[in-house]
Amino acid sequence: MNEKVLMTGNEAAAEAAIRAGCRFCSAYPITPSSEFLEYMAHRLPQVEGIFIQSESEISAINMLFGASAAGKRAIVASSACGVALMQETISYLASTQLPGVIVNISRAGPGLGRITPTQADYWQMTKGGGNGDYQLVVLGPASVQEMAELTYLAFDLADKYRNPVAILADGMLGQMMEPVVLPKFRDLNSLPQKPWAVTGAKGRERNLVLVAPYTDEEMITLNEELDRKYRVLEAAEQRWEPTFLDDAELVIVAFGTAARIAGDVIERARNEGIKVGMIRPISLWPFPKDAFKNLEAHVRTYLVLEMSNGQIVDDVRLTRPGDTPVHHYGKGGGWKPTSKGVYEQILQLWRCIA
Amino acid sequence: MNKAHKTITIAIDDERCKGCEYCCSVCPKQLIQLSDEYNSKGYHYAAVENDEECSGCRFCAIMCPEVAIELIAD
Amino acid sequence: MKTFIRPSSMSENHVPYCPGCGHGIALRLIGEAIDELNLLETVIGIAPVGCAIRAWRLFKFDFTQAPHGRSPAVATGLKRTLPENTVFCYQGDGDSAAIGLGELMHAALRCENFTVFMNNNAVYGATGGQLAPTTLIDQPTVSYPSGRDPNVIGYPIKMTEIIASVSKKAYIARVALNSVRNIREAKKAVLKAFKTQQRRLGFSFVEMLSACPTGWNMKPLDALKWMEEKMIPEYPLGEYAVTEGLE
Repeated sequence: MNEKVLMTGNEAAAEAAIRAGCRFCSAYPITPSSEFLEYMAHRLPQVEGIFIQSESEISAINMLFGASAAGKRAIVASSACGVALMQETISYLASTQLPGVIVNISRAGPGLGRITPTQADYWQMTKGGGNGDYQLVVLGPASVQEMAELTYLAFDLADKYRNPVAILADGMLGQMMEPVVLPKFRDLNSLPQKPWAVTGAKGRERNLVLVAPYTDEEMITLNEELDRKYRVLEAAEQRWEPTFLDDAELVIVAFGTAARIAGDVIERARNEGIKVGMIRPISLWPFPKDAFKNLEAHVRTYLVLEMSNGQIVDDVRLTRPGDTPVHHYGKGGGWKPTSKGVYEQILQLWRCIA
Repeated sequence: MNKAHKTITIAIDDERCKGCEYCCSVCPKQLIQLSDEYNSKGYHYAAVENDEECSGCRFCAIMCPEVAIELIAD
Repeated sequence: MKTFIRPSSMSENHVPYCPGCGHGIALRLIGEAIDELNLLETVIGIAPVGCAIRAWRLFKFDFTQAPHGRSPAVATGLKRTLPENTVFCYQGDGDSAAIGLGELMHAALRCENFTVFMNNNAVYGATGGQLAPTTLIDQPTVSYPSGRDPNVIGYPIKMTEIIASVSKKAYIARVALNSVRNIREAKKAVLKAFKTQQRRLGFSFVEMLSACPTGWNMKPLDALKWMEEKMIPEYPLGEYAVTEGLE
């Protein structure tokens, strides 16, 4: 049962979804997420699930809307510009409080971009990109193992909070192959009941899934209710991985693939006397504010490493206590940091503060 | 069933009616006219003065967009 | 004994539309069909953006709304998940033939086993009377006040003909809601559409020509006349496809 299998990130996420009880996937091909679609195409029928290749990403997310309204665990996978097409309906999922899992295997942008990996969809997933006051829960895996575990978790969070949940990965994580221990199959009978689902009003009052409340007052009430939900989520669902934080004077903040690369050099830097540590956000929303508590006692600078021109760095600036300097190292457009490059950044900063 | 011996009541809910006159225009016996009175929404509502001649054709109810007309036979 | 009553699948709410609006007639026909076919406990309606967004108010069964144009995709997810239920979309002309044209075409191409009712009133009512894909040539709208000029904005779209040409297993019909006779024919089409779904014979699509007196800037009775004189010649009524096995 703890057997390790070799899988790509896309495949591991798809298999984990099925083990979490997902029985509906609609998707439109886009590099570098298409393998997720292909995996679901052969795997879902094996478990009597429903796979549909839709005619567009817009159609895919709306098919998910329908399956979710019917009470099924449902998932879509896409990338960057494809996810951009889904934003309106993601906002509708938030307003109707429907669960659903959206996997974004990001590629370089803006626009059509290219198929190299990026982290420049951080804003798209955590600060919108649809209309209105809503939040997606966003999880950022950094390994094929986490592609599996966090996708599995996403369904539980989506059902518990009646909210869409996103997995934000990138092309590298989607395509690379690593050993993974897959989660156990959920017994479908153990999945949370959904008494609110539209399944035909037999023996009960009829259910409504309304994208728009009927009155102006109800719209405000809905916003208040959503806000309360998000405060609960912020308090309860922050996730991060700390490394060497207890005495760190230079703290790297990085998620996903960037964190993998930084992780390569931290031990070496430590061995050379550099008091470096790292906060690796695993929940991108809610942003792990608690990770920064009390760090002002010893942290003298932050280095935000991200594969973008600067997105998560804003949240670090907003969150870190006091006015500790925050530096940004990164670029968008498909640029990847190297261990050497990261190490040089650490060294450079360390020389300034030591 | 011989309609000629039945009494049919054309029951128009005057609060639902919006005075579109569809029923007035299709009644073969011209039994329905807009009232001079207003309902609470501000519409002149359709009303029947005398439904003795009603044959129960149901044209009025079929045309009504408000589901405001029911026909009761006894 | 009542010889004509509100369908029992309909609620007590007042019809929330303008005087003379065809939506009220169309939705009542759907309610009548649901009663006659005993679908109250299994039916799920999908009401998207447009005046249709309020359709849920009129019924007692499960309803979901949908983003603009996307009901056929929502219906695909819903019906494939719950194949024993009866699922229908109730869309306007903008929802089905403009923003939602792609989703509707592909649902028809896939011969999805649900029913789409398209209310065609040749104008965008909910947003104040703009041009619709089905607006007639020379018909004035607030976005093209001097009338639709095909050299500027193209020709009206004939959805029934288009769906009939792409959907290989379907019941496809165009009906009108401007006269007692036509409404009776429309009711038959609604029943056949639902039966097509019940018997798993494929896709079903009924385009319903409908009055929008407000959007046309006409009195209701004049709107009915305009439908007779102008709309029906442009949009011929009839059954355009009937799947094998329906009758």
